[in-house]
Amino acid sequence: MARVRPGEAANPAPPTVQRIRLRFAKRGRLRFLSHRDIARAFERAVRRAGVPVSHSHGFSPHPRLSWIGAAPTGTASEAEYLEIGLTREVDPAVLVDALDRALPSGLDVLEAVVASPPALADRIDATRWAIELPGVAEADLRAAVDALLAEESVVIERVTPSGRKQIDVRKALVSATVVTASNGPGLVSGAAAVAGCAILTVVVRQTTPAVRPDDVLGALDVVAGLTPPVPARATRMAQGLLDDSGHLADPLGSDRVTAQI
Amino acid sequence: MRTGLGGGGVAPRATRLPSRCVTSVFPDLEPLLPRVSKPVQYVGGELNAQVADEDEWDATPVRWALMYPDAYEVGLPNQGIMILYEVLNERPDALAERCYAVWPDLEALMREHRVPAFTVDGHRPVGDFDVLGVSFSTELGYTNLLTTLDLAGIPLHTVDRDETHPVVLMGGHAAFNPEPMADFVDVVALGDGEEVVGDITDVVAAWKAEGGPGGRRELLLRLAGTDGCYVPGLYDVTYDADGAIAAVEPADPRVPRSVQKRTTRDLDDWPYPKAPLVPLAETVHERASVEIFRGCTRGCRFCQAGMITRPVRERSLEGIGAMVDSAVRASGFDEVGLLSLSSADHSEIAEITKGLADRYEGSNTSLSLPSTRVDAFNIDLANEISRNGRRSGLTFAPEGGSERIRRVINKMVSEEDLIRTVSEAFAQGWRQVKLYFMCGLPTEEDEDVLEIAGMAHRVIKAGRAASGHNDVRCTISIGGFVPKPHTPFQWAPQAHPDVVDERLRKLREAVNSDRRLGRNIGMRYHDGKPSLIEGLLARGDRRVGRVVERVWREGGRFDGWSEHFSFERWTGAAEAELGPLGVSLDWFTTRERERDEVLPWDHLDSGLERDWLWDDWQEALAGGEQDDCRWTPCFDCGVCPSTGQDIQVGPTGTQLLPLTVANPVGGNRFGSA
Ligand code: SF4
Repeated sequence: MARVRPGEAANPAPPTVQRIRLRFAKRGRLRFLSHRDIARAFERAVRRAGVPVSHSHGFSPHPRLSWIGAAPTGTASEAEYLEIGLTREVDPAVLVDALDRALPSGLDVLEAVVASPPALADRIDATRWAIELPGVAEADLRAAVDALLAEESVVIERVTPSGRKQIDVRKALVSATVVTASNGPGLVSGAAAVAGCAILTVVVRQTTPAVRPDDVLGALDVVAGLTPPVPARATRMAQGLLDDSGHLADPLGSDRVTAQI
Repeated sequence: MRTGLGGGGVAPRATRLPSRCVTSVFPDLEPLLPRVSKPVQYVGGELNAQVADEDEWDATPVRWALMYPDAYEVGLPNQGIMILYEVLNERPDALAERCYAVWPDLEALMREHRVPAFTVDGHRPVGDFDVLGVSFSTELGYTNLLTTLDLAGIPLHTVDRDETHPVVLMGGHAAFNPEPMADFVDVVALGDGEEVVGDITDVVAAWKAEGGPGGRRELLLRLAGTDGCYVPGLYDVTYDADGAIAAVEPADPRVPRSVQKRTTRDLDDWPYPKAPLVPLAETVHERASVEIFRGCTRGCRFCQAGMITRPVRERSLEGIGAMVDSAVRASGFDEVGLLSLSSADHSEIAEITKGLADRYEGSNTSLSLPSTRVDAFNIDLANEISRNGRRSGLTFAPEGGSERIRRVINKMVSEEDLIRTVSEAFAQGWRQVKLYFMCGLPTEEDEDVLEIAGMAHRVIKAGRAASGHNDVRCTISIGGFVPKPHTPFQWAPQAHPDVVDERLRKLREAVNSDRRLGRNIGMRYHDGKPSLIEGLLARGDRRVGRVVERVWREGGRFDGWSEHFSFERWTGAAEAELGPLGVSLDWFTTRERERDEVLPWDHLDSGLERDWLWDDWQEALAGGEQDDCRWTPCFDCGVCPSTGQDIQVGPTGTQLLPLTVANPVGGNRFGSA
């Protein structure tokens, strides 16, 4: 056995030979999971599924899962990403299926690709959100959105654990469109199909701190006094690199493997 | 059958049609969740959770809501609830869903929006179940049950309920004196729960199948005739002029004079939980737990759990091996807790820990023994436990600071043993030792507590000498002692919080009297006031129920949490409710009881002979020790003859199977390393 140097684990972890990128969704009631909750669920799922994940060194080794900007607690998502380091090469399709089975329903693994440069973080600079606003009339929403788009800058304040932060929502906003419930995505819940539920789709550029759906609604309140009677439901529909036409390029590229379910 | 309205409370069922009674309230709850803290605790959907669909619900005769009356983060890992949840859900004629206490932020919104108390599995209204089973590990959860009853639209008082309401059933260790809850619970289950829940299911199913003859009273009478079930409302209690109980009499000839606890004979027949619930939210224990034995005959005189769970019954090596395997595979947990009241006492603990450490070698799975004793613990065991994972500190519980007080409480640990064990641990690379003590023990003087400082100092000195460096730590953790029913200390006066707080202040001074040693010693304790209230609820009688209700009406919730507990609310309510009855908070807590006083729980039989308890109390006052009957002759506590169950210890000669497999924690679709 190799000599153990001070500060090194007694059982050195095997090296990483493959990295796989996954897209997963957080749906329905599981949208209330925080990022920490999701990370724990994946760590356990990886163990249950027997995925040969690589581990960090040290006395309390952690599985190597790298995360990219998680959707806030309370928002749903169809486009969360993570990268897993593996000690053996695996078939991405098998990984998608095994991991999805090991996760609680509502955390659903959608597709996987073998990682290649550039890094995942360099493939994402914007998000598209769909925000359902039950009880808000479409005309009122359109008026508020027009008012927001007419401004150069709309700053709202968010209270964070580290103090108050000023966030310029308008600057980060790339586009905003209003659709009616009948032709909207209707992904968050069946209630979306209910009449009187307007849906706002926005594309926001990645900023620090990130502009969240709540911030967009805050800005609509500032410019037009729009306050939804019941909490809005937001779903992250896509993430990616913004192209000139305002579309988001898929961060997993073209050679994907999707779940066969 | 449940089409009536609930009385009192928010009466949420008033607006719902009968045919929608069992539908999920989630659509009403969902809009409230973004407005509360940690909403994930209310959504359910955990791995291994079970939800019946509408058809199953309709086809199942007996539906149980199982409640742990504390926050989700504390309640979810509770083994009792997890075991009964699986046991009931395996039965074709029963189903079980879980519920936990909701925090005041959600409670306020539920009242405002008329959302009833719900289960986290199907989000079904608690009031629509046949049985609401509540497990009380501590008395400080009592007010939380009242919140749930009220939110569910179930009348608080048993006398106000009818056939349309669930049977409210209380279990858990606190059930051994349920008298303060007698006005609020219909039935109390004494002792081990695995079998009695099946018997209760049979009784309820039969009564329902017959069309509910005789109404609720007949159902309760039938339950009162079920082994281990006590129906407080079917007993009359009278009081003497001095305030003590004169008599407890059955109010009906069909009701037994005394109720005996249930005892599960063979733990290997009950390998639960098979698939532990895996929480989505963070909880207090994130591990797969396996109970390796039940009961304890160490005879620590303060320990109610040890007394009421006798006799000792060990799970076999083979049974433990299979349960750990199933739990790890089903959950993905990376820690396995081997539970019992004193885990190192299992007759084959060395084989268990070595076998498990071998099995999980290289899989990042750690073992823990949550309760250990100095004399049952050796460093080989500690090293084995830490082989595959975290090396957290070693924990010991000498409980008393002086040799004298340790004889009083029958915790036979010598300081020499402790120092020897600790030195060996530090020599082998352990850096941290935690020591648990109690303050306010019977006959305790300041000196007994101050000796804790000397012990901690010597631990640091020994640690430094053994490890060869100064960087060793010792944490002393101190809890206030609460005399509990069915222990030799049930007659003892409880120390007043002022006395306890003053002793702890002096102890802190003594610890810091030597700065060089004191800076490596941490001290953790809570103020003694909640202990006094726990004492009131632990040894109270039916009159204390009024105090519980008043505290609850004045806003008392989550009394086990210091940020929610209000001592003044409790003392005020005690004065208002008990004063007119000629008794008081002090009368129930700091007063010493006489041998012949009728105790509120005398008619509840834990198997222990009352005379033996009294003799052991006298032995304690004389500083006499009592050996463990596992290794010395029976000392006639009475449990074995009364439960018809002998102590059951190994070795069983079985093996910890499976010994080796390709991937001991998960699936094998990715081949082996
Ligand atoms: S009856 Fe005897 S053997 Fe049984 S638990 Fe009591 S002392 Fe031990």
